[in-house]
Amino acid sequence: MLKKRVGIEVSLAVAEAVKQARAQVVSAYPITPQTHIVEELSTYVANGELDAEFIPVESEHSAMSAAVGAAAAGARVYTATSSQGLALMHEILFIASAQRLPIVMTVANRSLSGPISIWNDHSDIMAERDIGWVQLFVEDGQEATELTIAAFKIAEDHRVLLPVAVNMDGFILTHMIEPVIFPAQATVDKFLPPYKPALKLDPAKPVTMGPVGVPEVYLEAKKQCEQALLDSKAVVAEVLAEAGKTFERKYNLIETNGKKKAKTLFVTMGSLGESVWSAVEGLNEDGEDVGQVRIRLWRPFPVQEFKKACKGAKRLIVIDRAMSPGSVCGPVAQELKTIFYKDKDAPEIVNVIAGLGGRDVPVADFKEMYRLAKKGKLAKTYTLWGVDSNA
Amino acid sequence: MAKKSLCAWQDLALGAAILAPGSAAKLKTGDWRTLIPRLDEDKCIKCGMCELYCPEFCISEGKDGFFRPNFAYCKGCGICANECPKQAIAMVMEEK
Repeated sequence: MLKKRVGIEVSLAVAEAVKQARAQVVSAYPITPQTHIVEELSTYVANGELDAEFIPVESEHSAMSAAVGAAAAGARVYTATSSQGLALMHEILFIASAQRLPIVMTVANRSLSGPISIWNDHSDIMAERDIGWVQLFVEDGQEATELTIAAFKIAEDHRVLLPVAVNMDGFILTHMIEPVIFPAQATVDKFLPPYKPALKLDPAKPVTMGPVGVPEVYLEAKKQCEQALLDSKAVVAEVLAEAGKTFERKYNLIETNGKKKAKTLFVTMGSLGESVWSAVEGLNEDGEDVGQVRIRLWRPFPVQEFKKACKGAKRLIVIDRAMSPGSVCGPVAQELKTIFYKDKDAPEIVNVIAGLGGRDVPVADFKEMYRLAKKGKLAKTYTLWGVDSNA
Repeated sequence: MAKKSLCAWQDLALGAAILAPGSAAKLKTGDWRTLIPRLDEDKCIKCGMCELYCPEFCISEGKDGFFRPNFAYCKGCGICANECPKQAIAMVMEEK
């Protein structure tokens, strides 16, 4: 079926996807670079194009609190935020997963203050690694659109019932005008039927959600949520495969580019992956033995799938978009060093922390990283790429 | 290892929700107590202020008209003693 391809700002494409997913409640507070998404959704609600409650709250703490309440009442709920807004939601993020509420949230990734920065990196979500949410990273506008719809299907699956964060790079992706093909509404409706809550607040059948977890209960409650998150990996894979079929694309938990069975692999998450892809293509043309692995699912981390994608590699150049001050390297590299620990044939892991606070990392820089890594000239711990120093 | 849990994690309701109302009655808060309210019946005027203010709703009127707590739930918080207009309730250390 021939579908219409439109040039659209990716934020607006995400808003369109939320509309197509028939979200019933949107609670949000504006913050750059996320604002365009919920601004567009408020217009849809005002125009009657989307039959939803739009709750213009007074802070992100309230945005997530309202989302929790609405999801507990059995609604399909969406919100979006960035940086300081995500940080302000912090305590409620844990409550959303603990209460098993399938909220979908776009995180337009932006650096955390200070110094004040509105620009892109992953420091906001990396500070929220352990919230117990399913966490996806998208790379382009088409993927942002389709995985926003898929995120509802993952979250609402009764084998999951957990909130899902769809991470997309602020500005680099949110404000880019890209060609996007939208699925027909009937296709989305078939892919994503109305949400059927397993448990909801209902005066006719009262339940208590979010009770005190005395020491005799807390541990088992945490275990239940952790197991649901671990088990969600299979459902994410299943939904991504179905989304691929429905939207005529291919989505895996882990993707690979470039030369097969390459000795050196770049590891990326998010939109920098496209620049790395270009760098890898160029390097392959020059005969270099290099490929790329892209992480789409960050939580739960797909350990087996990642290891399979790296089979035979001697070296991983892991690109982190956030610091983990006082630790041994960036958060993604920490994860990978842990999963390969004591493995026979474990690849050497070199870590480059790049593009912090919106610092541009052009294609040529990745080629430079490759050349330095090949000569063994990248630090064993991590390299803070491009930092100006007198030393 | 001694069993310290209410149930296996698989048996907890979704998100540790409580599915039936009235479960608070199962939690016997009386063992939290260190101080116990002692009523001086000579001073008590049977006004029932202690019953109104008790946060556990565990004080009720007896057949003799005096208000006394159910010690299975009384936490020994002392609010009744504080609110009593006749200072008829004293909080004393409980010997166990």
